[in-house]
Amino acid sequence: MLALEHVSYRYAGAPRPSLHEIDVALADGEVLGVVGASGAGKTTLCLVASGLAPRTVGGSLSGRLLLDAGDVAGWPIHRLAGTVAIAFANPATQLSGVTGTVYEEVAFGPMNLGLPRDEIIERCASALEQLAIADLADRHPARLSGGQQQLVALAGMLAMRPRHLVLDEPTAQLDPAGTALVAAALSRLVAGGASILLTEHKTDLLARLCSRVAVLDGGRVAFEGPAVVVLSDPRLAELGVTPPAADRLRQAASEADLAAATLQRVDEALAG
Amino acid sequence: MVIGGVLGPLLLAGVAVILPALVARVLGRLLRTSLLLSLPIAVSVLVVNLFFYPGGATVLLQLGPITATAEGLAFAVEVLARIMAISGAITLFYLTTPPGELVIDLERRGVSPRLAFVVNASAQTVPAMVERAAAITDAQRARGLDTQGSLWRRIRGVVPLAGPMLLGSLAEVEERTMALEARGFTRPGRRTLLWSPPDRGIERLARWALVASIPALIVLRAMGALG
Repeated sequence: MLALEHVSYRYAGAPRPSLHEIDVALADGEVLGVVGASGAGKTTLCLVASGLAPRTVGGSLSGRLLLDAGDVAGWPIHRLAGTVAIAFANPATQLSGVTGTVYEEVAFGPMNLGLPRDEIIERCASALEQLAIADLADRHPARLSGGQQQLVALAGMLAMRPRHLVLDEPTAQLDPAGTALVAAALSRLVAGGASILLTEHKTDLLARLCSRVAVLDGGRVAFEGPAVVVLSDPRLAELGVTPPAADRLRQAASEADLAAATLQRVDEALAG
Repeated sequence: MVIGGVLGPLLLAGVAVILPALVARVLGRLLRTSLLLSLPIAVSVLVVNLFFYPGGATVLLQLGPITATAEGLAFAVEVLARIMAISGAITLFYLTTPPGELVIDLERRGVSPRLAFVVNASAQTVPAMVERAAAITDAQRARGLDTQGSLWRRIRGVVPLAGPMLLGSLAEVEERTMALEARGFTRPGRRTLLWSPPDRGIERLARWALVASIPALIVLRAMGALG
């Protein structure tokens, strides 16, 4: 379980908090989607949920971060690294910058954890295979496209085998095929009991992956609930979030005053 | 500095630089690079010593108030021989030692992972910065910035390039730091190393021979056997 209890957070030097009284909890094997307009606090929420704020970022935090029911306030960041993984939208800054091959890049985290050599090799092979980038293993990470680099960064995260994942727009630079690979890898992790906090502008992906979705506005949770309910809520658009294509189509069909039978066929097609 | 005269440094360069460069098949690149590397300082050394060597008595050439002396030329050649030996050794190291392998080997021998990271990151920063500079230059040109033409225009073009370059690099530092920490980089203790560079017996022997030659050369120098 990953939970934030009454969490407020303010960056150092900021006049007001970026997060206000956040209460979210993810059970094992659950994906919580987080949406909101730019500046709503999604990235800050990811930093707090991963323990990087305030440990690395600075600032002041009130409230509690709980991992598997334990308060992690006193944990050093390297202890959290083996439990919570985070991925950012920009792949260039997630790569270590010191490795000569994709394989070494994926192995970087497990090597830091001091894991046995054979286990590192097994984890790397598995992570590369899950994201279908085994053929890139010998390439230099800096010579890859943005999308490929993002997959490498995610493979590095998968190789850490964390119990909890915090993903800040991890598919921002990926094409549909890359996004599908990431979605499949995340589904496998969830089936294995991992909990995932996922911020995304791609609400279609959230509709596919998430059991629940929270909508952030001005650093507060505006509303939260089952994904199917929240992602079709008319307030989404008012808060700067584009609903999934299926919901927009359903809405357009409804507004076009189509015959009931046609509407039903649209619904059936979308559900299928 | 230990070996005096001209022949000493050249002999040392021949044994410790040229011969290994031949074996490593990088002699051509080594000569080109080390000559380019040492050219500015070599010209300076030659001019300064040829014309301004204190106590030079044998006049080779008189150019108005400036006099070139044989003693100055001899000293300049001696210094040049040393410079060539030093720049050759540095270039040989650069041409034959990939930074990644060096860092892994250092780490294997007990150097802290953080120090190893700093060395490695520094070595890899230059190509990354060059790529970033090229991207920013292209972006600024696309927006009408003139980075070609007269010297003045080029100088004026530096400011719009340096700003994004510097700010972009600084902005990335924080996110890169967070990504490293999230991957356990600050964990105390030794990392697991997946491999280590091959280290043959002959290479170990050559290294120890070079190390052992240092005190031997110092002793010989002190005894006056090296000129």
